[in-house]
Amino acid sequence: MEFIIGHYNYWVVIFLMMVGLYTVISRGNLVKKIIGLNIFQVSVFFLYISMGTVEGGAAPIIAEGVKVYSNPLPHVLILTAIVVGVATTALALALVVRIKETYGTIEEDEIHNLDHSL
Amino acid sequence: MKPNLILHVIAKFLIPLIILFALYVQFHGDFGPGGGFQAGVIFSAAIILYSLVFGLESGEKIIPHHWLRILASLGVVIYAGVGIESLFLGGNYLDYTILGSNQIAGQHLGILLVELGVGITVAAAMLILFFAFAGRGRE
Amino acid sequence: MFDVVVDIVLLTFLATTSVAIMRMTNLFAIVMLFGIFSLLSAGLFVVMDAPDVAFTEAAVGAGISTVLMLTTLALVKRSKAPYYDEAPKIHTAWLPLIVVIVTGSALIYGTWDIPNFGSADAPSQTHVARFYLENSLPDTGVPNTVTAVLASYRGFDTLGEVTVIFTAAVAVMLLIGGKRPKSAPKTEDEEAQDEA
Repeated sequence: MEFIIGHYNYWVVIFLMMVGLYTVISRGNLVKKIIGLNIFQVSVFFLYISMGTVEGGAAPIIAEGVKVYSNPLPHVLILTAIVVGVATTALALALVVRIKETYGTIEEDEIHNLDHSL
Repeated sequence: MKPNLILHVIAKFLIPLIILFALYVQFHGDFGPGGGFQAGVIFSAAIILYSLVFGLESGEKIIPHHWLRILASLGVVIYAGVGIESLFLGGNYLDYTILGSNQIAGQHLGILLVELGVGITVAAAMLILFFAFAGRGRE
Repeated sequence: MFDVVVDIVLLTFLATTSVAIMRMTNLFAIVMLFGIFSLLSAGLFVVMDAPDVAFTEAAVGAGISTVLMLTTLALVKRSKAPYYDEAPKIHTAWLPLIVVIVTGSALIYGTWDIPNFGSADAPSQTHVARFYLENSLPDTGVPNTVTAVLASYRGFDTLGEVTVIFTAAVAVMLLIGGKRPKSAPKTEDEEAQDEA
C-alpha cells in the first residue's frame, strides 16, 4: 500500500505522458497535435516537481521555525521551462497559421494529398 | 464587437488590480513567491484582457508595436549589461557581489536588476505573441 | 495525510481531463479543456509546495496559452464543415497504441527503483539542494531560495532562457507579424487555368 501511494504520482505522470504521445502520433489535426505535445510537456513538469517534494516540507522560502523545505532546484528549472514552453508553443501555432494560409487546411492527410507525398 | 456593459465594468475594475499585483510580484519576489517571469506574464495578461474587452486597436494604443520591440530587446540588454558591468568592475560575468559595497548589497542589487530585465522581456514578448496572432485576423 | 488525498484526487482529475482531450474532436472544446487542465496542474503544484511554479502555470497555462490557441482557432477555422468529423483514415489506430503501451510499460518498470514520493533521503534531496537551502540566505540575503537560485546561482542559465523567449517572439513576429496578404490561396482549378 505504501509502495502504491509512494509511486502513484510517477504512474500518473507516465499515463499523462503516454496520452500526450498518443495524441501526437495518432491524431491528424495539427492544433490537436500541439495540445498533445503540451500535455506531454506538463507531465514532465510534474515528474520534476514530484521528485523535489519532501513529506512535511514547506515551500522553499526561508523562515524562522521551519526545518524542512522542498527542493528548490526543480522549481527553478520548471518555472523557466513553463514560460519558454509557451513561447515555443506560440511558434508552433504560428507555423500552423502559415500552413493553413498556404494549403487551406490543417489536417495532416489533406496536406499529404495536396503535396502528393504519400 | 458589440460593447458589453458587464464586461466593461468588471474589466475596468480588475485591470488596475492585476497590474498592481504584477508589480508586487515583481518587486516582492525576493521575499515571497514571485519574480520576473511571473510578473511579466501577469502584466501582459492585464493588457491582453484590456485588448480582448475594449478591442485590439485600443490595446495597441497603450503600447505601440515599436515600443514592444524595443522593450523586448531592452530586457535582454539589461540582463546581459549587469553581467558586463560586473566584468568591468573586475569580477566574473554575472558575479553580483562586486556591484555593491558588501556581498549582501551587491547580490540584492544584481538580483533586482536581473529580475527587472526578465520581467520586461517576458511581458513584451508575450504581448508581441498576442498582437501577432490577433492582428493576423484583420484584412 | 490530507496532502496525499488532495494530491491523488487532483492527479485523477488530470488523467481524466487528458483522456477527454484526447478523445474529443471539437477543437474549441479541446482548447477550453486544456485551460482547465492547466488550472488543475497549478493547484497540484501548490499542493507539492511549489508556489512559484503554480503562479507561472496559472498565468501562462490557463491565461496566455489558452488565448493564443483561441486566436489560432479563429485564424484556421474552416468555412464549411465543423472542424473534422472523425480521425483521418491514413492513421491506423493500433500501431500508435502498441508504441504507447510498450513505451509506457518500460517507463513504469523504471519507477520500481525510484524512492517513494516525498522521501527526504532520496538522492535528489541530498546533494546540491541542501547546499542551496543552507547557503542562499547568508550568501545573497534573499529568503526566497527559488529567486536566489534563479537569478544568482544559475544566472547564466536564466540569461539563456530569456534569450530563448526573445528569439521565439522575434520568430513569431517574422512568421505572422504583418497583415495577411490580400490574395487568398489558389484553388486547384485556378492553378490549372494558370498553367493552360
